[in-house]
Amino acid sequence: MTLAVQFTGVSRVFGEVKAVDRVSIDIQDGEFFSMLGPSGSGKTTCLRLIAGFEQPSAGSIRIHGQEAVGLAPYQRDVNTVFQDYALFPHMNVLDNVAYGLKVKGVGKSERYARAEETLALVALDGYGARKPAQLSGGQRQRVALARALVNRPRVLLLDEPLGALDLKLREQMQGELKKLQRQLGITFIFVTHDQTEALSMSDRVAVFNKGRIEQVDSPRNLYMKPATAFVAEFVGTSNVLRGELAKRLTGQALPFSIRPEHIRFADAQAAASGEVEVCGLLHDIQYQGAATRYEIQLENGQNLSISQANDQWQAGAPLYQPGQPVTARWARAAMIALQDAIPGEGR
Amino acid sequence: MEASLKSRTRQPAHGPLHRLSNLLYRKPNLYLALLLIPPLLWFGMIYFGSLLTLLWQGFYTFDDYSMTVTPELTLDNLAALFLPANYDIILRTLSMAIAVSLASALLAFPIAYYMARHTTGKTKAFFYIAVMMPMWASYIVKTYAWTLLLAKGGVAQWFVDQLGLAPALHFILSIPGVGGSTLSTSHLGRFLVFVYIWLPFMILPIQAALERLPPSLLQASADLGARPWQTFVQVILPLSIPGIAAGSIFTFSLTLGDFIVPQLIGPPGFFIGSMVYVQQGAVGNMPMAAAFTLVPIVLIAIYLSIVKRLGAFDAL
Repeated sequence: MTLAVQFTGVSRVFGEVKAVDRVSIDIQDGEFFSMLGPSGSGKTTCLRLIAGFEQPSAGSIRIHGQEAVGLAPYQRDVNTVFQDYALFPHMNVLDNVAYGLKVKGVGKSERYARAEETLALVALDGYGARKPAQLSGGQRQRVALARALVNRPRVLLLDEPLGALDLKLREQMQGELKKLQRQLGITFIFVTHDQTEALSMSDRVAVFNKGRIEQVDSPRNLYMKPATAFVAEFVGTSNVLRGELAKRLTGQALPFSIRPEHIRFADAQAAASGEVEVCGLLHDIQYQGAATRYEIQLENGQNLSISQANDQWQAGAPLYQPGQPVTARWARAAMIALQDAIPGEGR
Repeated sequence: MEASLKSRTRQPAHGPLHRLSNLLYRKPNLYLALLLIPPLLWFGMIYFGSLLTLLWQGFYTFDDYSMTVTPELTLDNLAALFLPANYDIILRTLSMAIAVSLASALLAFPIAYYMARHTTGKTKAFFYIAVMMPMWASYIVKTYAWTLLLAKGGVAQWFVDQLGLAPALHFILSIPGVGGSTLSTSHLGRFLVFVYIWLPFMILPIQAALERLPPSLLQASADLGARPWQTFVQVILPLSIPGIAAGSIFTFSLTLGDFIVPQLIGPPGFFIGSMVYVQQGAVGNMPMAAAFTLVPIVLIAIYLSIVKRLGAFDAL
């Protein structure tokens, strides 16, 4: 399998700030790859390094085997969908989409034909004569996508492209983007701070924190086997337990993670051999529709969240009340030991 | 409980000021009217009204023998604008206004571009002040200063001599329509002073237009394969045209109406502005002065319609 993009020890320093710190990634050809992290974690800078809007302070970036460091954006076979769409306001939709072909010297009839074709791909045929200002947010997003795809890039970069859309439209576009990526077979590199978005669309996700990569894995593995406390807490919600309590429950000094939905309230029966128990005080209950969240203050002061599916169609009286002492129980196998440090130092 | 809630939500209006602000809040149109009536009165009566009165006088009759104005309506003044002597004045002024606007735009663009895209904070403030500073000095003082700078034996002449360009200057000054006997009595000198004086009026609108250009548009252009000159021609220039248009409206109309620079610098020969000045001052021919006043208004209207047809305001 060939590599679409390869980072080797890439750093990008802005003054004192290390926006990207010795990052190495291999992104496979044809992969839907997401870069996930909080704002300021370096994911967008990585994308801009691939596009060529930034140059690395150190390290090597290869795009389809070719060294890209020092190349200007217009010399790279990648295209970008911008967060603010960056549509040219003085051109109509068709001219916006045809722009990449125009500057490459493709003749008028061919470039308009290909632009129309690409607009049809994003279900916007017939909108060519409109100005960007006359479109809705979702339509502008599609135009930006078509404009980036018209050059038939081998790698498409998407910088939080769904951030400005409302929830329904965002979920619809997530499905369409995934479908489009399969249909075209090109590499998508998708930057987002929304972990649900990253999990639902990607083949693999890189989790960024403070300019470094904490973990690169499939969505399922990220959720089920987070490598670090940061990943466990950033991807989904998680209880990360440390110290004496962790040692008592696992027999190891390492902190561990337990997902709220993997915990249940202890019933009258004694705990099975593969199970552990903790006691605490229930202090808050949040009704969330599909599930109910219980917040429990443990004896050592740490907080434990429990999530129980509301899978009974009949509304019964709530079983628990705030202020009540409770015992929580979970399977030993559901606990995931975490490394506190970022793995792969000096890999 | 209920009573206390009621008294808290339905507070009676205290005093006339309170009642007035409630009234204005409930009737936004009244609020707007109060806000706009004073400036509209000023603009409508003092500004627009007197302009119309002035233009109306362009149709009055001036008696050459008695030097008196009678309110008998006539088209003679407007027809007189097309007499060769007057027509020359209009053409001379118009071509100078076009040349000054073009040169100002060419000079202003790089400065405005640099200010908008490459300076921040204190450097930007420095450039603002540097661009505006010439406007703090009296315009007449600056013009007189230029007559000295450009005079025979003046600073400009000295520089040209030092650089060994005297023959070139001599050649330029001998071109009809551009030259004159010295720089300060040439069309070229007059042109230089006009460009000097109006340049800030061109820089600031272009700078404002470029400032509004999101950097992501330029990145998108490069990302799609455009080389820097293509980005300039396809994206930066079209989106800065409203600024260039606004700036050129200033330089164009200010040159059309100016009467001091043409008097102090350049070869003899009237400009529209100096003609209006002479007609209403020395001659007392108010109707002819009013007719001349109409010319810049018509020219600017034509200019605006051309600019609009070229699509300069589409991106607004």
